[in-house]
Amino acid sequence: MTAPEADARPASLPNDGSGAGSYVLGSGFMVVCQVTLGIVLLVLWQGASGRLIDNFFISNPVDVGTRLVGWIKDGSLFVHIWATVYATVMGFIVGSVGGILLGVWLGVSPFTSRLLNPYLSALNALPKVALAPLFVLWFGLGIESKIALAAVLVLFLVFLNTYAGVREVDQDLIDGARLMRATRVQVITKVIIPSATSWMFAGLKISVPYALIGAVLGEMIASNRGLGYLVQFSGSQFDSAGVFAVLLVIALLAVVLNFLVEIVQYRMQQWRVVGR
Amino acid sequence: MINLRHVSKTFRKQQEEVHAVRDISLTIAQKEIVAIIGPSGCGKSTLLNMIAGLYPPTSGSIIYKGERVADVNTDVGYMTQKDNLLPWRSVRDNVAFPLELSGVKKSERATRADQVIAHVGLEGFAHRFPHELSGGMRKRACLARMLLYGAETALLDEPFAALDAQLKLSMHDLLLRLAAETGQTVVFVTHDLMEAVTLADRVLVCTRRPATVALEQRIELARPRDVLNVRFTNEFKELYDALWERLRVEYHEERL
Repeated sequence: MTAPEADARPASLPNDGSGAGSYVLGSGFMVVCQVTLGIVLLVLWQGASGRLIDNFFISNPVDVGTRLVGWIKDGSLFVHIWATVYATVMGFIVGSVGGILLGVWLGVSPFTSRLLNPYLSALNALPKVALAPLFVLWFGLGIESKIALAAVLVLFLVFLNTYAGVREVDQDLIDGARLMRATRVQVITKVIIPSATSWMFAGLKISVPYALIGAVLGEMIASNRGLGYLVQFSGSQFDSAGVFAVLLVIALLAVVLNFLVEIVQYRMQQWRVVGR
Repeated sequence: MINLRHVSKTFRKQQEEVHAVRDISLTIAQKEIVAIIGPSGCGKSTLLNMIAGLYPPTSGSIIYKGERVADVNTDVGYMTQKDNLLPWRSVRDNVAFPLELSGVKKSERATRADQVIAHVGLEGFAHRFPHELSGGMRKRACLARMLLYGAETALLDEPFAALDAQLKLSMHDLLLRLAAETGQTVVFVTHDLMEAVTLADRVLVCTRRPATVALEQRIELARPRDVLNVRFTNEFKELYDALWERLRVEYHEERL
């Protein structure tokens, strides 16, 4: 009697029930179709290149593969991937921590949040990418300016979600805790933050791709390593095969990140709280 | 013990002023069980909120044990219609929440929580989460939490409104038993006259908004009361009819 009830809980969660499993697998037939489509597209690309469209513009799969193999052999690809991954992860961490702190702080201080509202709205409306030159000035050409750009993209997303989550907390729960002699800190740590967690996680989840965007963009603007640098460099060398090769790597990296998020989310659902 | 002196409350909704409570004066003695009954939305809950100190009256004052209520009144336990259990905590952790807030050690918390959980008849559900419980069980958990908190006054806002008739009876029984054991003062709001007469020492009939006390009726039924059978006695019927007569006026006017 108890077991099915406990099992039924994660399945009834409001967000898409597709766990990590269904994302990877799909039916066998569909996988075959998808692989076939990929091969057909590659063949068409190879065929079109140099015949229908100039090789200069679209390169071709063989050249792209050769470029990738070359980079893997001399090890340079891994240096670039590592730089991008590092900036993405660090930016994500810094931005999430900042966003959560800011969101909780403003969420529980109506005066400050009203005071800062116009400024935060203006900052949020600003395309964060435009801040990149500033970060280069402040943090230099190294990894720090990329972390800063990724962090700022993440920060606003996480902040807005956390803030909304904190504002959504049931006032009755807060009143109840206060009547039971909870201090202000206890109200925040034991009522407000736990009830805003699902909002925070939603913010964290959507901000993962933005961390990658921030890191890559930062590298494109001023850098000497990272995938963003590599795509920029290849482009400036009129090396379309190189550009396509880097795009492929970035796409793979994005897929891996999304996959990790799915796994984390699936794990969370085992214990995460459902609102009423 | 609880003293309301000419208490009024006005809410502002944009341009509009809503008078929720107008000039209520009343005294509630220690260990008394008082029922406040009246049409829905008449400002009864506002009254409880003010006694709990969640917001101040617009005019008049509320004295609790000789002191004016100015901030949240931590001597009261407040049970609202919607049970305020924390959804991410198990029953045990919910019940033990007040102890956790005052810094009681974890092992002691669990022991004491399990005692009151058993006392309200929730044995075996300590590790369940609120959403896994029925409405009646959640009410029991709330009562257990209030019991453990040791509040000397219990404010109950339509506590059993959402429960079916049978469940209500068993909750009434539990409530009276706990109140007798702990010597709690109980103030509860209801729109169920049967419930009011069954439980209370005194019933206050409120008018439509703005709420004032239209009628005060002592309920001199012997205690301990048998919640199931007390309603079939003649005394009960007389009290019920008298109160209903007055209450009907309020409902009737509301319809006009």
